[in-house]
Amino acid sequence: MTDHLPVLLVVVPLVAAPIAALLNRPRLSWAVAVAATLWALYVALELLSQTMAAGVIHYELGGWAAPYGIEYVVDPVNAWVVVIVALIGALVAPYACASVEREITEDRIPLFYAAFILCLTGLLGIAVTGDVFNVFVFLEISSLSAYALIALGSDRRALTASFQYLIMGSVGATFIVIGIGLMYVMTGTLNMADLADRLPEVSGTRTIPVAFTFLTVGITLKLALFPLHLWLPNAYTYAPSAVTAFIASTATKVGVYLLLRFFFTIFGATFSFDVMQLDRILMPLALIAIVTMSLVAIYQENVKRLLAYSSVAQIGYMVLGISFASVLGLTAGILHLFNHALIKGALFMSMGCVMYRVGSVRLERMHGLGRVMPWTMAAFVVGGLSLIGVPLTVGFISKWYLVQAALEQGMWPVAGVVLLGSLLALMYVWKVVEVAYFHEADPELGISEAPLSLLVPTWVLVLSNLYFGINASDSVGIATRAAEVLLGAL
Amino acid sequence: MLSSLPPFALFFVGAVVIAFTRGTARKVLILAIPLVGGLNLWFGVEPGLHLQFDLLGYTLTPYRADKLSLLFGYLFHLAAFLGFIYALHLGDGTPEGSVAGEVGEDDIVGNASAGLQHVAAMVYAGSALGAVFAGDFITLFIFWELLAISSAFLVWARKSERSYATGFRYLIIHVISGVLLLSGALMLAHETGSIEFGHVGLAGTGAAGWILLLSFGIKAGFPLLHNWITEAYPESTPTGTVFLSAFTTKVAVYALARSFVGTDVLIYIGTAMTFFPIFYAVLENDLRRVLGYSMINQIGFMVAGIGIGTSMAVNGAVAHAFADVIFKGLLFMSMGAVMTMTGRTKGTDLGGIYKTMPFTAGLCIVGASAISAFPLFSAFVTKSMIMVAAIEEHHYVVWLFMLFASAGVLEHAGIKIPFFSFFAHDSGIRAKEPPRNMLIAMSIGAVLCVLIGVFPAQFYTLLPYEMDYHPYDFRHVVTQLQLLAFGALGFITLVKSGVYPDEKRAIHVDAEWFYRKAGPWLVGTVGRAVTRVDVYVRSSVLEFVGSIMHGAKRTHGPVGPLAKSWPTGSMVLWVAILLVAYLLFYL
Repeated sequence: MTDHLPVLLVVVPLVAAPIAALLNRPRLSWAVAVAATLWALYVALELLSQTMAAGVIHYELGGWAAPYGIEYVVDPVNAWVVVIVALIGALVAPYACASVEREITEDRIPLFYAAFILCLTGLLGIAVTGDVFNVFVFLEISSLSAYALIALGSDRRALTASFQYLIMGSVGATFIVIGIGLMYVMTGTLNMADLADRLPEVSGTRTIPVAFTFLTVGITLKLALFPLHLWLPNAYTYAPSAVTAFIASTATKVGVYLLLRFFFTIFGATFSFDVMQLDRILMPLALIAIVTMSLVAIYQENVKRLLAYSSVAQIGYMVLGISFASVLGLTAGILHLFNHALIKGALFMSMGCVMYRVGSVRLERMHGLGRVMPWTMAAFVVGGLSLIGVPLTVGFISKWYLVQAALEQGMWPVAGVVLLGSLLALMYVWKVVEVAYFHEADPELGISEAPLSLLVPTWVLVLSNLYFGINASDSVGIATRAAEVLLGAL
Repeated sequence: MLSSLPPFALFFVGAVVIAFTRGTARKVLILAIPLVGGLNLWFGVEPGLHLQFDLLGYTLTPYRADKLSLLFGYLFHLAAFLGFIYALHLGDGTPEGSVAGEVGEDDIVGNASAGLQHVAAMVYAGSALGAVFAGDFITLFIFWELLAISSAFLVWARKSERSYATGFRYLIIHVISGVLLLSGALMLAHETGSIEFGHVGLAGTGAAGWILLLSFGIKAGFPLLHNWITEAYPESTPTGTVFLSAFTTKVAVYALARSFVGTDVLIYIGTAMTFFPIFYAVLENDLRRVLGYSMINQIGFMVAGIGIGTSMAVNGAVAHAFADVIFKGLLFMSMGAVMTMTGRTKGTDLGGIYKTMPFTAGLCIVGASAISAFPLFSAFVTKSMIMVAAIEEHHYVVWLFMLFASAGVLEHAGIKIPFFSFFAHDSGIRAKEPPRNMLIAMSIGAVLCVLIGVFPAQFYTLLPYEMDYHPYDFRHVVTQLQLLAFGALGFITLVKSGVYPDEKRAIHVDAEWFYRKAGPWLVGTVGRAVTRVDVYVRSSVLEFVGSIMHGAKRTHGPVGPLAKSWPTGSMVLWVAILLVAYLLFYL
C-alpha cells in the first residue's frame, strides 16, 4: 500500500466527500470528515518522511507512463505544502463540530462537511500532482467547494462575498488554463518535468512570455497578492469561522506553492528571474502589500476583517522572500508559508471561539473578553505575538530569515520595511488586546469560556507556534531542502 | 545546581508562583526570591560562560558572568530586595494614619492592583537580570522587550485614565527601542557574523553601531529621547516608581558600558544630560517628576564616564550606577512614602510634615546628601572618579559643565526635595509615619549610602577594572565641601535677599513662580533657550508624524480606497489592467 500513498492521499478524501453528503446526519458526516482529514495527515507525514529520506517519489496514475499519463510527483517542496494543508485540515475538522452547529442551519451541515472534504481534496491534489492540467482540475475542485463553503456563512453578505470570489476565482483559473494551453500548444506536453525540458527550446517565441503573463496574473490573483487581493477580505470576514480558519491557512498557501512550481520548476529560475525579471513585479507589490495592508488592518473594527487584511500583508512577506530568488530568500518564503498557517490558523480559531460565545467579532462587542474568556484571548495574544514576530514564536523565525535574505542582497530598505511591518502588526494586534483586557466586560451578558472542543485545536496550534519558534531546526531544515530543490532544478 | 541556573529563572518561576499565592505566603516568597538569588550569586557564581547553545546557526549565550555583569547582578538583586520590602504592605488596605483620602484617589497605594504589581515587579527584576547576564544580542533583545512590557504594567497599576495613556506611550517608546536593537543586531550579525553582546563602538560598524546606540539611548534617556522617564515615573504607584527607577535605565547604562566604552560622542551626550534637566527640575512642581529629571542628570554622569572610556571613568560610571540605584531609590521611596501618607506629591501642596514624619524626613535627607555627593556619602566616592577621569583626559570644558551640574544637583535634588516636602511653609497636613516595612526599606538604603561613602575601598574591589584611586584626599574633600557650601550659600542668599516670598504669600504662590524669581538670569535665559530648541524639535517631529497618520487614515481608513469593498466589475477591471501592464512589461 505504501507505494500507492500519493494517489491514496487524494482518492480517499474524494470518496469520503460524497459519503459525508449521503449519510446526511450532522454528527456522522462530521465523523467522516475527521477520519478523512486524519488519513490525509497520516499520508502527508509519511510522504514527507519518505521524500526527505529517499528523494523524489514518482507515481504513475493508472500505470500510464509519463509524459502521456498523469504523474504524481512528491518532493520536499510539495510534501511540505501537503503536510501544512493536511495538518490544518485535521485540526479544523474536530474544531468545526461545535462551531458549525452554532453558525450553520442543521440541514446544511452534512453538505458543509462534503464541501469541506472536497476543498481539502482539491488543495491536496494541486500540491501532489505533476501534471499542469491536473493542477487546473484540482484548482477548480477546491475553488468551487470553497465558494460553497463561504456562501454558508450566517451573514447575508456572505453570499455577495462568495459571488465575488467566484467571479474573481474563475477569472484567475481561466488565466491559468490559458497559460497552460499556450504552453501545451508550443510544447505538446502537460507533464511538469517534460515541460521544463522542452520550454527552453521555444522560450524565444512571443507565445511563451504571453503564457508567462497569464500565469503570473492568474496565480497572483489566486494567492491574493496586492492589488489582486480584493476578493479576500469579504470572503474571510463573512465565511463561517471554521471555513475562515481553514481557507486562510491553506488556500493562499497552495497559491504560493503554484507560484513556486510554475516559475521555479517549470519555467526555471533563470528564465523567470533573469529573462522575464519576475522579481521586478513581485518585490514592489509585496512591499506595498506589507505596508498598505497592515495600515488598512489597523483601521478595521471587525477582527476577522482585520486579520484578513493582515493575511494579505503576510502573503507579501512570502512573496517577498520568493522574489529574492536565492536559497535564503526561498527558505524564508517557504518557512513563512508554514509559520503563517500556524499563526493565522490559531488567530482565526480563537476568533471562532469568540464568535461561538459572543456571536460577533466586532471590537465593540469584545470588551473585557480577556477576563471572561481567558484561554481564548490568551490564544489570540500568543498568536498575535507570533504575527508581530516576537522571539520564541514562529513569526520571529520567519522575519529573521527574511531580514537575513534581504541583507544578503544588500537591500537595507527592504529589511527596514519588514521591520516596519512588525511595528504595524503590533498596532493592530494591540487594538484587540486593548479592547479585551483594558475595558470592562458587561457582566449581564453572561459570556463564558468557549467549550473544550474549540479550545483544544486552537491551543494545539498556539503551542505549535511556540514549539516551532523555539525548536525551528526541523522546519528550517525542510524549508532549506525545498529551496535547494527549487533552485537546483534549473 | 542553583549556580548553573540563570538568575532570571528564579524570578520568572517565582512570578508564576506568587501569581497563585496570597497573604503571608506571598510576602515570604517575594522577599525570599531576591534574597536567595542574591546570596547564590554572591557566594556561588564565578565569572564564566554558564549556559550556551546553538540556535539557527548562531551561538546563544543566555548566561555569561564577568565582573561587569556580576556587579549589576548584585545591584539588581539588592534593588529588588529593597523594592519588595518597600512594597510588602500592598494589599493590606490603606496604611494607618494616612490622610491621602482627603485628596485625589481613594486607592493611591494601589491595593487593588497589589498582585499585579508584585508579579510585574518580579518579572521586571528578572528581565533586568536576564539582560545583564545576556551574552548575545538576541537574548538581550528578548529581555529588553520583557523589561518594557513588565514595567508598563507597573505604570498601568495606578489604574487611572492618565496612567493608562502614559503607560501605553511608554510601551510604544520601549518597543521601538527593542525593534531598533534587533535591527542593529541583525545588521551587525550580517557584517561581522557574530551576535556576541560585546564591544561595538561606532568605528567600522556602519549604521549598525548608530542604530544600537540609538536603541540604548532611548532606554538611557538621551536628550530628546528622555521624555518617557519624566512622564511615566510620576504616573505610577508609590511602589511602582521605586521599581521603575531601579532597572530600565541601569540596564541601558550597562549595555552602553558593554558596547560603547570610549565612544567620544557619549561624552558630549552625557554632559548635555547632566546639564539640561536641571532647568526643568528647578521649574517642576511635582516632586517625583523632579526626581525623574534628576535621574537623567545622574545618568548623564555615567554616560559621560563611559564615553571617556578609561578604566577609572568606566569604573566610576558603573560605581555611580550602583550608588544611584540606592540613593535615587531612597529618594523615590521617601517621596512614595509621602505620597502614600498624604496623597500629594506637589511641592506647593506639601510642607511642614517633618513634624509628624520625622523618620521619613531624616531618611530623605540622607538620600539627598548622598545624591549631592557630600563627603562620607556614596556619590562622593563614585561620581568623583568620572570627574577626575575627565580632567586626566583633558576634557576641561566637560569637567566645568559637570561641576556646574553637580551644583545643580544640590539645588534641585539635595535641597528642593526635602525642603519643599518636609519643611518650607506648614501645609497643615498631619500624616503619620508610613508603614514599618517602608521605613525598613528606606533605612537599609540609607545605611548603604553611608557604608559605600565611608568604606569606598571595599566597594571598589567589586568594580570591573583595576585602578588606583583614593577619594578622601585633602584636595577633593575641600573642593567638594566648597562647592556644596557655595551652592547652599547661593540658595540661601536668594532666599534671604527678599526674593523669597514671605510666609503668608508663599502658601498661595506656586513654587514654579518662586524659582523663576529666584534665578531669572539663569532659568529665564538658558532655560528658555533649551526649552525652545526642545519644543521646536519635538513639535516638528510630531507634525511630521501627524501628517503621515492623517494621510494614512485618508487612504487606508475604513472608507479609504485601499480598504473599501470594491464592486466586482472594478475588481475584474484591475485584473485586466494588470494583465496589460504585465504584457507590456514582458514583451
